[in-house]
Amino acid sequence: MAKVHVTTTINGEPMEFLCEPDDTMLDALRGPLALTGSKEGCASGDCGACSITLDDRLVCSCLMLAVESEGHEIGTIEGMAQGEKLHPLQQKFLEMAALQCGICTSGMLVASDALLKKNPDPTEEEVRFWLAGNLCRCTGYDKIVRAVMETAAEMRAQ
Amino acid sequence: MTELRYLAPETLDEAVGAFAKAGSAARILAGGTDLLVQMRSGVLKPGVIVDIKKIPEMTAIEQTPDGGFRIGAAVSGMALAEHKTFGKVWPGVLEAVNLIGSKQVQGRASAGGNLCNGSPAGDSVPAMVAAGAAVTIQGPEGRREMKVEDVPAGPGRTHLKPGEILVSFKLPPRPAGSSDAYLRMIPRTEMDIAVVGCGVSLTMKDGTVTAARVGLGAVAPTVLLVEDAAKALIGSKLDDAALAKAAAACSAACRPIDDKRGTIAYRTRVAGVLLKRTAAIAAKRAQGK
Repeated sequence: MAKVHVTTTINGEPMEFLCEPDDTMLDALRGPLALTGSKEGCASGDCGACSITLDDRLVCSCLMLAVESEGHEIGTIEGMAQGEKLHPLQQKFLEMAALQCGICTSGMLVASDALLKKNPDPTEEEVRFWLAGNLCRCTGYDKIVRAVMETAAEMRAQ
Repeated sequence: MTELRYLAPETLDEAVGAFAKAGSAARILAGGTDLLVQMRSGVLKPGVIVDIKKIPEMTAIEQTPDGGFRIGAAVSGMALAEHKTFGKVWPGVLEAVNLIGSKQVQGRASAGGNLCNGSPAGDSVPAMVAAGAAVTIQGPEGRREMKVEDVPAGPGRTHLKPGEILVSFKLPPRPAGSSDAYLRMIPRTEMDIAVVGCGVSLTMKDGTVTAARVGLGAVAPTVLLVEDAAKALIGSKLDDAALAKAAAACSAACRPIDDKRGTIAYRTRVAGVLLKRTAAIAAKRAQGK
């Protein structure tokens, strides 16, 4: 069957790729695009491990078709660091040990970044509700929530 | 091997033509948060997917000159939340739409998909029913309107005819002193399916209810418009007697299933409790408190 040709923008770079019509964006990222930072947890929109941004809106890449990215802007975990310099959220997650096995981490980071862009001064409750779609088996969430709160405070102070 | 074809027409006429031509093998793609899960689990194997998001009318939010709203069927919950005035006029509809799934899901999921998915527990539907919303539908035989409560036919089924596409929701203008609210009962605080959902829309003058509509979800094969509950509220000052009568009307309307989320007895009782709580929030908002 004929593959579909898709032209899109990923982390600010123009990209083209071929995919099956029923490939998800996550399939395309992890397959032809070789961007394996986005993880597949549930493949049904429940766990958030595959979180990306689509035109700056947080979405699950397992719940969109790859062909739907045509003409849109995709943001993934690979676009968060500036070269060797980690994003403040990434740095803080490391410092505060806000991760264990790491499967949920890229989704947590992409989701937290989307929150802080929208709301630089969230309450702990807002952080917890915002991250309700990102499941983690290991950390108990507290360290993640604290890392997000602390990063937000530091970013506001700059 | 899949034989799936993906189409993303830019006009409604093209979409209707392609959708009708492909017949029962075709599926409409709005936010895709239900469709992709159904495809992944093997419940659905569509031959053609018609993505409607390139059709401007499907993704537009428009305040009409009379003060009402027209919301495209593919508008995501996040887009609705970002609109400047919608949430001020229809806070209950907005909170219902923004209880659907996670933030990630709200970035894509639409009220149109929520309605067409046909789940009795769809969160936006009772709030839309309470709001008195109507939908515009376009198919091979032209355009027509339906009330939201007339769209669901049963779990997973609607009264849309073959080839018809849900285009937009029309919310009526609101008189002064009007507001609405939506509450649902779920076992956890986020990311779950309603055990009971209740939408209430009220208009009040000097503390007295002059108009009311009540929508109830997850307690029958379809979302219900509970006219007896509205009647009990209209003319009252939302005193205990009126609320008890309205709550009893809600419980009486219930024909729920027993499942792991809630028993028949539990859902029936909670429907009345939620009516009281939801009406109180709507009344507070209607009176600007």
